[in-house]
Amino acid sequence: MKMFDAVREAAHTIRTQKLKTAFSAIGVLIGVTFLIAVVSIIEGMNSYMENKFANGLIGLNTFQLARQPSVATGNVTDEMWRDWQRRPRIRYSDADYIQARLTTPAVVSRYCQDRATIEAGGKVAKDITLIGTEPSYFTIKNYDLTAGRIFTPQELRASQPVMVVGSLVAEKLFPGQDPLGKEITVSGIPYRVIGVVAPQGTLFGFSMDKFVVTPYSAPARRFICPIGVLDYVSFQAANPQTMLVLRDEVEGLMRERRGLRPGTPNNFDFTDSKSALVGWNKISKVLITVLPLLVGIGLVVGGIVIMNIMLVSVTERVREIGVRKALGAKRSDVLMQFLVESAAISTFGAACGVGLGIALAMVVSAVSPLPAAVAPWSVVLGVGLGMTVGMVAGVYPATRAAKLDPIVALRSE
Amino acid sequence: MSDTVIRVTGLQRSYVMGAETIHALRGVDVEIRRNEYVAIMGPSGSGKSTLMNLIGCLDTPTGGEYWLNGQEVSRMSDDALARVRNKEIGFVFQTFNLLPRATALQNVELPLVYAGVPAAERRRKAAAALERVGLGSRMDHKPNELSGGQRQRVAIARGLVNDPALLLADEPTGNLDSTTTEEILGVFDRLHEQGQTIVIVTHEPDVAKHSERTVVIRDGRIASDTLNRSAAA
Repeated sequence: MKMFDAVREAAHTIRTQKLKTAFSAIGVLIGVTFLIAVVSIIEGMNSYMENKFANGLIGLNTFQLARQPSVATGNVTDEMWRDWQRRPRIRYSDADYIQARLTTPAVVSRYCQDRATIEAGGKVAKDITLIGTEPSYFTIKNYDLTAGRIFTPQELRASQPVMVVGSLVAEKLFPGQDPLGKEITVSGIPYRVIGVVAPQGTLFGFSMDKFVVTPYSAPARRFICPIGVLDYVSFQAANPQTMLVLRDEVEGLMRERRGLRPGTPNNFDFTDSKSALVGWNKISKVLITVLPLLVGIGLVVGGIVIMNIMLVSVTERVREIGVRKALGAKRSDVLMQFLVESAAISTFGAACGVGLGIALAMVVSAVSPLPAAVAPWSVVLGVGLGMTVGMVAGVYPATRAAKLDPIVALRSE
Repeated sequence: MSDTVIRVTGLQRSYVMGAETIHALRGVDVEIRRNEYVAIMGPSGSGKSTLMNLIGCLDTPTGGEYWLNGQEVSRMSDDALARVRNKEIGFVFQTFNLLPRATALQNVELPLVYAGVPAAERRRKAAAALERVGLGSRMDHKPNELSGGQRQRVAIARGLVNDPALLLADEPTGNLDSTTTEEILGVFDRLHEQGQTIVIVTHEPDVAKHSERTVVIRDGRIASDTLNRSAAA
């Protein structure tokens, strides 16, 4: 008997016994569904974290120089916290020192922020991120404006009380009105709205549009950071390679300025999109490690189900096996027939699992902000595993069938 | 190729059952030539079925020799026996033993599948075999859409499809009414006229009458081996 004929017979059996096949395949189906769905969600999460979280929060090819890591990663001990608190703060003068000496082209932006309550025409907006920075900030964040303009270097130098607002702030304080030219008060100091930033959407369900940006020199700066002190300085390079060069240069300049001897550790930190992802990478690594275990349980159970159903199937078809042997089927022919059938059932289950897994990932992406990214390797793996499970599960029943004595088999009812 | 299809000498088959050894065949000698039509008869327990299993290469003897179409098959391995069954023997069973979910054509194709014949040739040969038994118009019917007589014809077509040296029928009319029995025996007669060697195992004298020669088994030995008058005439 040729392989092709065995596959055709198996397909025929599956077609004529749809319900039985469906039940047999259910374990493998669940295992593979789980594999595809979880891998898709992790992959989706990966790209989400990379694009929206890391690049959106920090900026593309950008790193931040700060007193301490701006995204806490992994286990931060009390000791580490105390060490960070003892470090000197980053100051405007540090930024000036570095910017004056940098040779690598970079977009530099000084940044400090606080939470504030702002008012306009009797309306109040609480818990707004108040940002003091410079025009290059808009370049690094890649913000588009829906109205107005950003503030100019002249306005920065002149400490003008001007403000670019997030879309949600504009909506809340000036519903149905043009916010440009209107006044917003921060701690009693009036600012003039000169621009509105396009909606940025949400991150993990939190709005990214509840902020206002002012020149760091503007009158409200004393409410944001202590005098002369910054939260961090962002440096943006043209590409990932120059970013590394740039960072080495900034590190060298910073050590030089602080007079750190060789061998002493930095008393400042860098955060880039990669280091921001360290925490997430740890989580995804755990998931990827636990996943095979869960999928494995599904497949083992699925394999046992298939093995049992195949055993029943062999028992039911003893007479058929006898006839086939009488007509010239060798042991290997009978063995192959049942192995192929078992593998076909399992592969069918795996294929359905792939479909269901993709559907599940689609549903997740539809109801949550996570994009579904079906990994081609997980599809190949899922189908491959399905086929393997079927083959392994089929060995025992197929051997039983192959060993049957044709005379006994023909006589059975 | 010799004129002898079956040559059996001193054939023995015993079964060990616990402490007891049962001698089902105690030394059988028989020779069947090409184009003979032989009936094997005998009461139940006579060893008739054992002889049929041995002739059909489903079983191997514990003593004696069996030559089928010029090959000694009594010492063959399982796989070699499977090949012999496939090429040299066409089985017809009492209960038809068709695959219920396959069409008549697919059932007839089955021995060719195991012979490794390509699909197109398989189809052609199977269709020709069905034409030979007068079922050319029912190829795509499944067994449950056919009458008992038609089912047995499908089974006969399946037995013939590989051009076997021997058509071996085990009580082929045991499940059929008398009209249909005549119909099926008519098919055997026609095949015999076309030169097919046929061995039919039966306990019905009416069926045995259609053959040329009747071998009667009793207590594991040949009790009589006679040419039938009607056939001899």
